[in-house]
Amino acid sequence: MKSGYRKGVIFSNTEIANNIYEMKVKFTEGSNGCKCHLEKDGVSFIYEESCKLGAPGQFYMLKSWDLDPFLSRPISIANIEEDKLVFLYEVKGKGTEIFSKLKIGDNLELLGPLGNGFDLEKATNNRPPSNIAIISGGIGIAPMIFLAKELRGNIDFYCGFRHEVYYIDIIKKYVDNIYISTENGFFGHKGFVTELFVPNKYHLIYTCGPVPMMKKIVEMTKDKIPVFTSMESRMACGIGACLGCTIETKSGMKRVCKEGPVFPGKEVIF
Amino acid sequence: MIDTKVDICGIEFKNPVIAASGTFGFGREYEEYFDISKLGGICTKGLTLHKKEGNKGIRIYEVASGLLNSIGLQNPGIDGFIRDELIFMEELDTVILANIGGGTIEEYIEAIIKLNNTNIDIIELNISCPNVKEGGMAFGIKSKIAYEVVKEVRAVCKKPLIVKLSPNAENIVEMAECCVKAGADGLSLVNTFNGMAIDIFSRKPVFENVTAGLSGPCIKPIALRMVYEVARTVDVPIIGIGGIVDYKDAIEFIMAGAYGVQIGSGNFIKPDISLDIICGIETFMEEENIKSLEEIRGIIGRDIMC
Repeated sequence: MKSGYRKGVIFSNTEIANNIYEMKVKFTEGSNGCKCHLEKDGVSFIYEESCKLGAPGQFYMLKSWDLDPFLSRPISIANIEEDKLVFLYEVKGKGTEIFSKLKIGDNLELLGPLGNGFDLEKATNNRPPSNIAIISGGIGIAPMIFLAKELRGNIDFYCGFRHEVYYIDIIKKYVDNIYISTENGFFGHKGFVTELFVPNKYHLIYTCGPVPMMKKIVEMTKDKIPVFTSMESRMACGIGACLGCTIETKSGMKRVCKEGPVFPGKEVIF
Repeated sequence: MIDTKVDICGIEFKNPVIAASGTFGFGREYEEYFDISKLGGICTKGLTLHKKEGNKGIRIYEVASGLLNSIGLQNPGIDGFIRDELIFMEELDTVILANIGGGTIEEYIEAIIKLNNTNIDIIELNISCPNVKEGGMAFGIKSKIAYEVVKEVRAVCKKPLIVKLSPNAENIVEMAECCVKAGADGLSLVNTFNGMAIDIFSRKPVFENVTAGLSGPCIKPIALRMVYEVARTVDVPIIGIGGIVDYKDAIEFIMAGAYGVQIGSGNFIKPDISLDIICGIETFMEEENIKSLEEIRGIIGRDIMC
């Protein structure tokens, strides 16, 4: 779908773990069944297409306010259910606090879909299917849910949490194996998810979570296995104009919102 | 029939709404969201003679009614701009203002000479960037230093020259007078205010440069006052900048004496906010029976002086 600035409405907004919310949003205008212009053999015609609302790893800039807070919040797509966008977010500041109080039917403005998203080609067309590891830490699980759903291959999903575990039952439907760690040992392995993960058997690794976790994973693979990391940054415009969200990479400063948020792990200077 | 056209330094703008430097890239990113040729003008991202990577660490930090930024003039350099961006911009049906920054007078001059032979309409001289170590804002604080820079640039610049002023100037009116005396054809004001934020848990400043530039609606009343004071003092056209997010803000700046207005941080809250502002201005003119913006430009200053 072409990126745009659209209005949406809250379909549901539920606290699924302490301070973690799942929010489903429907567009009120310009959503599925959008009109697309196509030029073929010099003839231009319009056709209706049920447009995808985004790809795994892409995000939207969301806001449900006028001028306070001033900026929108970048939130990655956790899933797409027919005409509904699913977002998973942790209440961290003023913006997410406001999101957490939204009720069914409340309005929202969405700019997106934005960013490059995960490279699925590398995984999808291989015969025999690739062995793929998805590794998430904390709320970094959000984009990985949609990724797990769309990926084809033998997928092992490693997810680390601080205390509470969430979204496991949904992920189980999309993957072959799931490995869980919690820092307090409340569920699964006690400690970090990187302690569970053995890189050697994988052809491809996707990761999203705290920077130290992603750094550790890139180090563990010793450049032998391609790793894709989904990076986070403070954003203002979300579309690549303000240069506020850049990170350092081996080929210079890159915009998380435009060249990212997904980067080859070996490119990122952590 | 209303007419939103304005003439700034001999260049005709189809309307007074201009995208501010540093918030609009070179226009490409916004072209995906609306027809950017509907804008009165576009200021390029601040350009320096040589390519700059910009600052490390956090570059953006939201505050009440605005944001702090410390980008550090990341840009492709003049040659990179001419090679990769200029052709796209030249094809737009809008006025292009090249915003030029520099660390030394020599850098400014060399950059301007390179732009003299392009189809850029106007040079906007940035003597007010707070986020680079030397130059930039240093030139924009003391009127005497600003005078020297503008005079030397004026001597080589073949385009209309607008000087972008810093609100951190020791005396904004004196600064404006000095720039005009040195040959500026117009002034744009204000750039960001020097501000800061502290991370109380790490007990460190949020920004690696410690201070950063404050923009957004929180600066509007001060910016408006500065435009008002400067407009009453100098005879050249002024472009008002500072926290404009709707047509009412824009009209306020015009009534304070601005010929045009620039939209900066506002672009971040809605990509096509400038179109809303242009439409709002048109509707306001129709409803208030204003045929040309000249009728209300500087009307506040006029009242008080009578």
